[in-house]
Amino acid sequence: MSRSSTRFDTKKVNSELVTLTYGSLVAQMVKDVENPDDVNKQLDRLGYNMGIRLVEDFLAKTGSGRCLDLKDTADKIQTAFRMYLGVQPNVANWSSAGDEFSFVIDSNPLTDLVELPEDLKSLRYCNIICGAIRGALEMVQLDIQSWIVQDQLKGDANTEIRVKFIRKLEDAIPAGEE
Amino acid sequence: MSLTNRNRASILDKPLSRGKGEISLSCFALLFSEIVQYCQNKSHTVPELQTRLHDLGKNVGVKLIDLYFVRERNGKREIKLLNILLFVKSTLWKSLFGREADKLEHSNDDENTYYLMEKDPLVNRFISVPRDKGSLNCAIFIAGIVEAVLTGTGFPAKVTAHWHKGTTYMVKFDESVVSRDKQLEER
Repeated sequence: MSRSSTRFDTKKVNSELVTLTYGSLVAQMVKDVENPDDVNKQLDRLGYNMGIRLVEDFLAKTGSGRCLDLKDTADKIQTAFRMYLGVQPNVANWSSAGDEFSFVIDSNPLTDLVELPEDLKSLRYCNIICGAIRGALEMVQLDIQSWIVQDQLKGDANTEIRVKFIRKLEDAIPAGEE
Repeated sequence: MSLTNRNRASILDKPLSRGKGEISLSCFALLFSEIVQYCQNKSHTVPELQTRLHDLGKNVGVKLIDLYFVRERNGKREIKLLNILLFVKSTLWKSLFGREADKLEHSNDDENTYYLMEKDPLVNRFISVPRDKGSLNCAIFIAGIVEAVLTGTGFPAKVTAHWHKGTTYMVKFDESVVSRDKQLEER
């Protein structure tokens, strides 16, 4: 196959297929679970499962090494956004301690064609992204928290995803090895 | 003054995207895998799991009808059986999966039945079916999409997915569809 024009040689699918498939899943969850907070939790869990596998894909395709600091990590996640969702978020709103930052997305393929009904205002539709970031970083020994600050589906101008560094996870040494 | 208290443009006020956006295949494959797992956790048997995937596909299909007919066909719907099948085989498949479905065949034994074949459906590419669930074909999700598109455009049908020459979607139209089509031809 010929190399695609993007920097990374990844195969693509139509974004509407993903949008609608995801939408169909969320709609089904809302029916199955009823309480939007539980749906949020499930979406986060789902994203987490995807994240722990996506990170491997990311490392294999980009061949990137260890991050030196959190800024470095933020840049890499930004690249991952471009690779996997085809969007370019801005890294912004660093906290003064340098342990918290945001991704600001102005267009999000997951929410194309999506409208939230009035009675589902507590649903965090894009929670899957937060979960994916958490899952991916956990696999590279970073414990973080991630949540949605602004949401275009709720009338905000951008979607803002906050990431907070908690601690570095230590490698667990397998039993019997020094 | 508007009648609703919404202070933002509704989705219908925005221009329709051209549908050329792309997302990484790894992302879709993992999402689909999570969907299958989600359905599996909710069901006890293989047929139950298939029904769940089929239903999810139907939700997607319903949304695609308007999207594609407005974008690709200027809002004009098909009224002939063969044309709607060709619409599914080429337009729908091309937009969704980037290429046409491999083959469309009319059944020899039953005039209500058509077969749509695809060697390697996108959703099955990264799925290995466990031995004890041999009959499971996750392309039933795509069958659901097709069923919703056909039924929603006035050609009620049942669509199922089978392991045969890759994957074969069996499209079984309602009796009324075929007889109506014959009347159209006589005119």
